[in-house]
Amino acid sequence: MKSIYEYYAKWIREGKLKVSSDWNKERKVKFTIQDPCQIVRKTFGDPIADDLRYVIGKVVGEENIIEMTPNKSNNYCCGGGGGFLQSGFTEARRAYGKVKFDQIMETGADYCITGCHNCHAQVHDIGHHFGGHYSTVHIWTLICLSLGVLGPNERAYLGDDLKDVNVFHPESEH
Amino acid sequence: MTANIVSITGGKQSAFIDKVKEILPQGGNLNLCLTCGACASGCPATGLADMDPRKFLRMCAMGMDEEVTTTPWVWMCTMCMRCIYVCPMEINIPQLVFNARAAWPRENRPKGIRDSCDMAMRTETNSAMGTAPDDFKFVVEDVLAEYQEAQPEFADMQAPIDKEGAYFFLNQNSREPNTEPDELVPLWKILHLAGADWTYGSKGWAAENYCLFLADNKCWEHVTRVSAKQADDLGCKVFLNTE
Repeated sequence: MKSIYEYYAKWIREGKLKVSSDWNKERKVKFTIQDPCQIVRKTFGDPIADDLRYVIGKVVGEENIIEMTPNKSNNYCCGGGGGFLQSGFTEARRAYGKVKFDQIMETGADYCITGCHNCHAQVHDIGHHFGGHYSTVHIWTLICLSLGVLGPNERAYLGDDLKDVNVFHPESEH
Repeated sequence: MTANIVSITGGKQSAFIDKVKEILPQGGNLNLCLTCGACASGCPATGLADMDPRKFLRMCAMGMDEEVTTTPWVWMCTMCMRCIYVCPMEINIPQLVFNARAAWPRENRPKGIRDSCDMAMRTETNSAMGTAPDDFKFVVEDVLAEYQEAQPEFADMQAPIDKEGAYFFLNQNSREPNTEPDELVPLWKILHLAGADWTYGSKGWAAENYCLFLADNKCWEHVTRVSAKQADDLGCKVFLNTE
């Protein structure tokens, strides 16, 4: 059993994925990273968090990553895990998520990259609920953006600042 | 941080903590608490339902079984394991929480989690949204054909289901095929460009396992075994977790 992060990193190191952060050289869009508890602390530890950072650095530019503190194996859970999203305790879930929301806001990042669906749904929800201005995005979206192969219909989670950047086959929009 | 003073009735009412100790290596170190509070101070669930990890552990140690097996807090703790990570004695509080969940009568556990588990148990795909094998196949093939045509650079891209001997067995959260199928595509493109030899399974492709969150041991083991068996039956080498 492996995490796909390990392979994203491997494929970039081997030159199979020719990613580039040039698209963000001038724009300087800032990203922070939510380390998924399940993948990092609970399963693979800091090495997988480092792989994730290697990938993100290559894709958006290392200088455009703003870390939360604490992070990696010591990160705070966002509150999307353990079934919380489906538990019906919505108010408690958002109160829990306020810790993460404040952390993200403190970075001032335009985007929070989430590695799992529970994190994605929770970070997205608390952003809206508490009035944050960040977007919540999957790493696969950014990898394809940096490869120049992200089409117009694969941008649901990009903010307006990146909706029109390097659009692959713009005529295919539906 | 907590409003009510804990009152002890004296003597152990029963032995919830002892049962949990029996199933954990080194008894989960459940007797070793120094009451330092590192767990509670770094826990986002501290204060919810008038509870925190240290208080929960102390109440377990004092034999307050009725209280710890009925507090809704166990559904507000995500079992993220930060408490055991920072604990100087590595006390397995998350396993106490899991087993406290399991102590709830199944019909009283949160309906949303229970329904998601039950849904997964009704289909061999494991999908908590109930996606049947044929529906998944239809969505994957339909989306793939659309992109092969609209983006000719990816005319050769594949999204195989049950490909014998593929190196990677890929799982996928139900959300993409069910509610946002275009989100499947970036992942397929990455795999295609990297030259990865991969497959979904018609059985067990769904990545989520709400039966685990429900603390239903029999069901979560079933769900896990369906996925593992499909990967084995196809002769895949690596179970590749996409989330």
